Amino acid sequence: MDLLIDALTFTYPAGVTALRDVSLRIESGESVAIVGQNGAGKTTLVKHLNGLLKPTAGQVRVGGWDTREKSVAQLASRVGYVFQNPDEQLFESTVWAEVIFGPKNLGWETERIDAGARTALEATGLSEAAQRHPYDLSASQRKMVALAGVLAMDTPALILDEPTTGQDQAATGRIAQIVESLKQKGKTVITITHDIDFCAEHFERVVVMAQGHILLDGPARDVLAQAETLAQTYVDPPQVMRLAGRLGLGKMPLNVEEFVELWCEQK
Amino acid sequence: MEIAIQLDRVSYTYPGVSSPALKDVSLAVPAGQICAVVGANGAGKSTLAFTIAGFIPHFYHGTLQGEVTVAGKKTQSTPLSELVTQAGLVFQNPFNQISGTKFTVREEIAFGLENLGMGRDEMLARCEAMMALVGIGDLAERSPLGLSGGQIQRMVIASILAMGPQILVLDEPTSQLDPVGRREVLASIRGLAEEHAMTVVIIEHHLEWLAANADRMVVLADGTIIADGSPGEVLTDEAAWQRGLSRTRYTEAARQASARDCWPAGRRLAVTLDEAEEGFRAAWTS
Repeated sequence: MDLLIDALTFTYPAGVTALRDVSLRIESGESVAIVGQNGAGKTTLVKHLNGLLKPTAGQVRVGGWDTREKSVAQLASRVGYVFQNPDEQLFESTVWAEVIFGPKNLGWETERIDAGARTALEATGLSEAAQRHPYDLSASQRKMVALAGVLAMDTPALILDEPTTGQDQAATGRIAQIVESLKQKGKTVITITHDIDFCAEHFERVVVMAQGHILLDGPARDVLAQAETLAQTYVDPPQVMRLAGRLGLGKMPLNVEEFVELWCEQK
Repeated sequence: MEIAIQLDRVSYTYPGVSSPALKDVSLAVPAGQICAVVGANGAGKSTLAFTIAGFIPHFYHGTLQGEVTVAGKKTQSTPLSELVTQAGLVFQNPFNQISGTKFTVREEIAFGLENLGMGRDEMLARCEAMMALVGIGDLAERSPLGLSGGQIQRMVIASILAMGPQILVLDEPTSQLDPVGRREVLASIRGLAEEHAMTVVIIEHHLEWLAANADRMVVLADGTIIADGSPGEVLTDEAAWQRGLSRTRYTEAARQASARDCWPAGRRLAVTLDEAEEGFRAAWTS
């Protein structure tokens, strides 16, 4: 299921144009990180992929569906969306009810719903919390509940808006594992993130946005190495690239292992 | 050296909960120090912040044992209204900190000062200065309820700084900010600490920033202090790693290189970009 954004322009009702003539094609199974300053249009862009917003001009196609002709409920079977703030997403009185809400609405059989929910709770480390009230959990755990709810829907594409914000290292590691396992299953994973190290380590393609445009788009290694262009939108290259740059290594590593490999070879 | 914050064998249990959130914690923070508190979610970091700021036991009742002394005052026997002029606390969730009763950002920042009975001219001057410091000078006339998360976070920091505390306790003060905002806010906090010899206790997950900017790092796990020292010592402490403290990517690179004899023998592992560069250069020439 490919995602196609074609010459998309979006103007909010108040008159602010958040996206100007943006085109982007995301193929089935790609992992894409969208980075850029607050206000660059990142969230506005991805909200078009599940129909929360409809184009002012241009077109958005989700596996052949024109989002203007489909309801948010229909699109939810194809594109899952984990909000930045889980409190905009949670409303049930137990974690379990929250997680089965989406699958139930997709009209699945009970066994499939239960199995999907159990797997999602296990992946997010919430198995023990199934009967708790989401608001008795910490903010970090509520974020995991929202993620579990979307994982349980088993959609071909998922959008994770700032998944690592406010998470400690252990939770960030768990989210990274979830991303890796989604990639392995051939899912399309799209994230919006300020965490550039997380982006380098787990996403193959990086799209840099600024002022409603796409500034750079390509493989993570190429895009993140362009320190000067990134600086225009106040994005720092990943830590290992900064170190490699200072040491004058010829190649740019994406993670610590690659850095150490390059360094020890060169030495 | 003058001690700004002293915790002496402090344990605390929230009301209606069986296990303590802090267990036998002792800590002395000298005046003017930037002291980082790190640890996993649920380790007791926010509870420690509430305890230093006097919200425990004055707002959260529960059971507090041991003695907490802040700016020379015993918090248990000093009213919160007096403690807040000594130690300001910036909450982890800035949305919980706004009064909800003010129509403009300027009024919101003046709220604490009004309650202290400050004169109008001084109050306005302080509000302007603090708004400028945290980069929200242009938002003075806006409604606090119409701001973005990052703007609210800056406003809350300004409202606490306006009270002129000698001690600042910050619980994840950049959780709502993008990297530019985070850099600016953290830089202004560091600037304040240096210019006004303010004592700062900061809870942050951003280990690389702390490694380069904090004077000291305290690690909490399950309500107890498991490591305490300079960021360089603490972040390279294997025992702390085993209890769940993460390594910065620079430390991890040095550790892996060290295992392959590509890091200078006997040199402490790097915790900052500068240290990593120096260490790897030294390995090159050795």
